[in-house]
Amino acid sequence: MKLFSIRGGIHPEYRKELTSEKAIVAMPMPAALYIPLQQHIGAPAEVLVAEGDLVKKGQMIARNQGAVSASQHAPTSGRIKTVTDVTAPHPSGLPQTTIILEPDGKDEWAELPEPIADPFAADMHTINDRVAQSGIVGMGGAAFPSAIKLNLGDQKKLDTLLLNGAECEPYLTCDDRVMREYADEIIDGARIMAHALGTSRIIVGIEQNKPQAIESMTRAASAFPEIEVIDVPVQYPMGSERHLVQAITGRETPARKLTADLGIVVHNVSTARAVHHAVRFGRPLVARVVTVSGGAIREPGNILTPIGALVSDLVGFCGGFAVRPESVVNGGPMMGSPLPSLDVPVVKGTSGILALTAEEINDRPTEACIRCGSCVTICPCGLSPVEMAAFIRKDKLEGAAKLGVMDCFSCGSCSYVCPSHIPLVHYFNYAKGVLNDLERERNKNERIKSLAEVRTIRIEKAAEIKRATLAGRKPAPDSAAPGNTGEAKAATEEKANA
Amino acid sequence: MSISTMKKSGPFAHGYSSVQKTMFTVLLALLPATLFNLYLFGWPAIMLFTVTVGACLAVEAGCLSLAGKPVMATLADCSALLTGWLLAMSLPPWAPWWLGVLGAIFAIAMAKHSFGGIGQNVFNPAMVGRTVLLISFPVAMTTWVVPHPLFSAGAPGFFEALAITFGGQMPDAVSSASALGHIKTELSRHIPVTESIADVPGLMDMLFGYRAGSMGETSAILILAGGLFLMAKRIISWHIPLSVMGGLFVIAEIFHAVDPTHFTSGTFHLVSGATFLGAFFIATDYVTSPVSKTGQLIFGLGCGVLIWLIRNFAGYPEGVAFAVLLMNGLAPIIDQYTRPRAFGRNRKGEPLPLGKEKP
Repeated sequence: MKLFSIRGGIHPEYRKELTSEKAIVAMPMPAALYIPLQQHIGAPAEVLVAEGDLVKKGQMIARNQGAVSASQHAPTSGRIKTVTDVTAPHPSGLPQTTIILEPDGKDEWAELPEPIADPFAADMHTINDRVAQSGIVGMGGAAFPSAIKLNLGDQKKLDTLLLNGAECEPYLTCDDRVMREYADEIIDGARIMAHALGTSRIIVGIEQNKPQAIESMTRAASAFPEIEVIDVPVQYPMGSERHLVQAITGRETPARKLTADLGIVVHNVSTARAVHHAVRFGRPLVARVVTVSGGAIREPGNILTPIGALVSDLVGFCGGFAVRPESVVNGGPMMGSPLPSLDVPVVKGTSGILALTAEEINDRPTEACIRCGSCVTICPCGLSPVEMAAFIRKDKLEGAAKLGVMDCFSCGSCSYVCPSHIPLVHYFNYAKGVLNDLERERNKNERIKSLAEVRTIRIEKAAEIKRATLAGRKPAPDSAAPGNTGEAKAATEEKANA
Repeated sequence: MSISTMKKSGPFAHGYSSVQKTMFTVLLALLPATLFNLYLFGWPAIMLFTVTVGACLAVEAGCLSLAGKPVMATLADCSALLTGWLLAMSLPPWAPWWLGVLGAIFAIAMAKHSFGGIGQNVFNPAMVGRTVLLISFPVAMTTWVVPHPLFSAGAPGFFEALAITFGGQMPDAVSSASALGHIKTELSRHIPVTESIADVPGLMDMLFGYRAGSMGETSAILILAGGLFLMAKRIISWHIPLSVMGGLFVIAEIFHAVDPTHFTSGTFHLVSGATFLGAFFIATDYVTSPVSKTGQLIFGLGCGVLIWLIRNFAGYPEGVAFAVLLMNGLAPIIDQYTRPRAFGRNRKGEPLPLGKEKP
């Protein structure tokens, strides 16, 4: 199949050989599991258990609530120790409501929902409900609740399910291993998803540096003519869904639109496998494969980890640190985030835990920009990082916004190539944060202004009615009460907006 | 929370390029041509080269300490060394020492540090140095000598060289015009190019460097080799060198075809003067050239055409320095109009319309 080129990108040192030949192994159940109620953007789930409750593996312990939310299930059987605030696996290091579960060692399954006998005869809502009920989220890293993306078939005309097996981040091999070892499960899950989405075509995109995964996926897909496995060039950030769609279909997703607007929905390969488990066996998402790697890890590997296991337990299972790591990263080295500590849990979006040495990170003091233009040449979004950074350095964020800083998805390519080691992504993240705050502030002010205007009109009206009543001696209508409720309502709405 | 106190975001991986490595590679690319030219013009050239480079480093150190910036760490980026090196290569090899020192002051103090140091200057420092000298001291800056290779008969010894470089005792008999200068002078005497071209060295001599000129002008082939090395090392891309040479060659060939008595051929323009040095080492200066590839093509073409215009119609026989400086001044505005198209947007920055995403 003819592929299309994507702009820019880089060829970092992949270092996937550290773990690519390590088969997936399960870690033993740790002494306690910490399951945060919120593992992605959107709303936290609602707790269904209390201290002392006994739960079985796969039992729902927190229910999704709100539009963007995912349920949580007990990763093993045991007792609920408590529900309390624990440091989140997020660079902020802020606490988050978390269910703490003490495993009983029996690993007994709860009574699971019945398998959907013939998913291809079931209607899309049956499948989507099962996916939502099983707490499945995108397993590539962002952990966006999958059922929402599977519902896109309702709103948009879709033709293709694109399965993302690019795994373009250095070090990470969890998707590679899952594709090698469980290709049939992925393909089955993908077919179920395509059925739910109403797409006739499935494309699996895998980077060429994973020949065994390409081979096993091709073999698993050979029985199904609607599935095509495509090897894409090794070029970071090929795994970005917009870029993968462009490489495979040649179509460029317009700014502020979704790939779904082009009729293409992108899901991660491991997500497809989770859908297979949920639909065929009724099993919710309670564990995932995590690549534990980096120069500071004694025995790197691909570890099947229960959701909620502490990073320190996971690292301990991998032999601990051989040397002191310079940074411990959640995710890949390009787009991952620094972990605030090792005492944070593995969540559904944790694709990798990397303990990196100073040599691997190769960070150096920032020097002056020499305008070499490498960042402009490699930016996969067609932006001009050098100019945006110049604006941000002077805190002229509006200037950076005009140059498109909000279109940057922080792939890190510019920071990677910069000979002056300027932390460009850091600049852009800062600018995006402040600009988002300003936007929220502006919206809030506009809302307050319009509410104030409405209030003035209302008061005037009330005063007029009063005058009229006094003049005409008509019975006084209760003008104050509606005004008060209106104001109270406005205040609540305001709070919600803030 | 300000940007400096935020915990640093990723990436947690970094390429192995650095400013120092980049500058060092450029110096390495210049080395063969430099060594050959030092040999060709002997002790006076070696002395002038040393003085010029030394002066640039000293002025850089002085400016850095005045500005309260780290001196040794910044000197180590090799940018002042490179500026001094290029400035020395643009001077007549037997020029007196004070030209090198004055040039260094103009290049480093005026053109670079008054703008804020490395990365901030609008104009190429070495070319500012050379241009100021050329305008202020036209005689000293155009007193060329024919090659006197080291240890050859008639070449000045170490002590004679001291007298030439530091004593201002230029031997009378050795000066000679550069090829571009000769043709220009002859034209002003109404001798057509078709005749005067017979007096300049043959193409092969021009290429290999047995001719009068500054160190960067002679030995075009070694400069070319150095430039290709830089391209192979991915320090520079083909965009600027090719567009400079292409612009110059095409316009020269057109006029040569129309009137060969007044205009030399494109090939002559390519191998004479500082074309190769300008195309590969001067115009490609990161700081003073546009950042986008489209911008670089426009910039290079502008340089090429300006070089030809200045060589043919201005008062000076050589125009590389002027042309590059003029285009340096345009680089910021070229940057503004040649930004790449953002993903999912048209050239105006609006989102692409759905259904016809092809821009």
